[in-house]
This record gives sequence, structure tokens and C-alpha cells, in this order.
Amino acid sequence: MNEQALLGIADDELIVGWRDSEWTGIAPMLEEDVAFSSIAQNEIGHARAVYSLLSEDVDALAFDRKPEEYRCAPLVELHLLEWAHTISRRWLYEVADEIRITALKDDSDPAVAGLAAKIDREEAYHRMHAEMWHDRLRDEPRFQAAVEELWPYALGVLPSELRGELVSRVGLDEVEAIERGTHTDELVPLWEEMTIVRRSAPAGAQW
Amino acid sequence: MVGEAQVWEALEEIPDPEIPVVSLVDLGVIRSVDVANGHVRIEFTPTFLGCPALEVMKRAMEEKVTELGAEPEVEVISDDSWSTDRITPAGREKLRAAGFAPPAPREASAPKLVQLQANVFRCPYCGSTETHLENIFGPTPCRSLRYCESCRQPFEQFKTI
Repeated sequence: MNEQALLGIADDELIVGWRDSEWTGIAPMLEEDVAFSSIAQNEIGHARAVYSLLSEDVDALAFDRKPEEYRCAPLVELHLLEWAHTISRRWLYEVADEIRITALKDDSDPAVAGLAAKIDREEAYHRMHAEMWHDRLRDEPRFQAAVEELWPYALGVLPSELRGELVSRVGLDEVEAIERGTHTDELVPLWEEMTIVRRSAPAGAQW
Repeated sequence: MVGEAQVWEALEEIPDPEIPVVSLVDLGVIRSVDVANGHVRIEFTPTFLGCPALEVMKRAMEEKVTELGAEPEVEVISDDSWSTDRITPAGREKLRAAGFAPPAPREASAPKLVQLQANVFRCPYCGSTETHLENIFGPTPCRSLRYCESCRQPFEQFKTI
């Protein structure tokens, strides 16, 4: 797997973890507060592990780039503070992520394949959470509308050769994807908040 | 001169920062210890990649080796070689006694929701299997929350990894 593709996966995990963590303390029920916080922690942990395959200085890679240099898919950037959309993204992201992690487990680089296997074991629990919500909401018009709205973004998570499987798993027609390499207006405010400590204390913050 | 057995003994004294009833050796996260010319190399596998206690555990191991008069090198191995199956029998019993139900054995494929929803998980307090899943997630990434219908106690179930 080439470095740009790995960087894209790591950036997806960092940014989706950041977005999931925005529910900490304000999720509609305590169970989901716990779930989103835990999922966010795992996703950011995965980002750290993938960044460490690419660089010795993981924090520099995570926080010292300009917003336009991030390789994340637009899906993970969206600032979704509405539950139907939040759960739609969780579900779509997990389905797409499972497809690419499964492919990565067969990577020719043993360090990449080994890490993918480890990540896959953890993601199994994220998938259960997404599946549970999907089973509950699949017939709700509000949820269906949110899935359709996010669908072009979800396609953009995967390289074109893996999209066929996503199409069959989600059950919607393939449309024009909102591609990786473009960014939404919502990335810059996220980046400003995410990197503020790093930018204000470049030598390392002390508590 | 420091020997391997001495290093293992010292590592047994390091508690897990989040579940201090078990040591790092009980958890099975230390994959290997190699000693050569006063240099101790430890291979360490994290439980969950996002575990915030990683750095704390790494530092604790380095300090223990330094106390033995040797030079430490701790390498974090991020592959699939750690599984909850590596928790030692003694470690599982310590977990259970502290109210954490030990993990079910790992299977070739990842666990499924329907398995977690089945009432085959044993309550660490009364031993009943009349328990149900309350939340896949818990206070740390490695734990789920369950409830025992028999003794009416919530408890934490170690996830299978």
C-alpha cells in the first residue's frame, strides 16, 4: 500500500475520531455518550498506529500540516450535530472501513497487514454498535434520508476498485462520489480547534 | 549482571494502570524479554491501540529495568499478536475476583453482536449466566457493561480481542 493511501486512512481515523468525540458529554443518552467516547478513543488510537508506520514523529504528522494537506475523505469532516445523520455516518463509515481493512489485511507489507489485523479486531465492536443502530432505524424515513444525503460522501471514502462492494452492502445505486483530495468548509474550523494546543506550545505543552 | 528471570519478576510488580488488580505479566502484554550485556529489550503489545495507559506502562517498564541497573529498550509491537487469550489463568482469576468478568476465548472470526447478546456470559459475583448486555462499551475500550438478572448487579465484561 502506498504512503498517500495509508495517510488517507490515518487522517480519516483521526478526523472521524475527533467528530465522534464531539458527542462526549452531550449524547442523547448515557450509553451513547460512553459508546461515542470509546469509539473516538479507538479511532484516534488507530490513527496514531498508522501514522507511526509513516513517521517517527506522530504528533507532527497529526497536527503540523496545513488543513489542505490532510488526505481525509470529506465524509469524516462533516460537522453533524443531529442524531440521524451522526448514526448514518457511523454506519456508512464502518461499512466502508471494514471493506478497506479487510483488503489491507492481505497487504504485501507485513507491518501493514499485521496492524490491519489488530485494527480489525477492535473495529468489530464499532461494527456491532453501527449494526445495532442500523437495525433499529433502517425503516425510519429520517434515517433513510440522512443515509441518502451522505451516500456520495461515503463512496469517496474508498478507492474506486472497492466501491462495488460498498454499493452492494448499502443497497443504493452508485452515484458520483465526493472524492478524497477535496475538502468541505468544515475542515478548517475543526483543524483550528484540534491543533490549537500544538500551535500555541510548539515545544510541547506541560500540565 | 541482570538475568531474564529477574526482569520478569520485576515486571510482575507493575500493575495495569486502569485495572491495578492485574500486572502487565498477568495481562500477557509482554511478548518477550531479551537480556544482553546489561541491555534489556522488551517487546510489548498494547491491548487496544487507543489505550491512554500505553505511555505510562512503557515508562514503568523502563524504570523497573533501570532500577535493576540495566539499560532498557521497550518496543511497542502493533500487530495482532496480543489477544485476550494471552491473559494468564492467574490473571483471569484476579479479574473475576475484582468483579471483571474475564473474556471469552477468541475465535477465528471476530465476535458478533448476537454472541454478546446471548446469555452465556457468567456473572463474576454469583456465577449465574442469566446476564444481558447493557452496553458494548464501558469505562475503558477493553470492557463492556452487562447486568446479572440473578443477583441484580451490573458488572464489567472484558471484551474478547
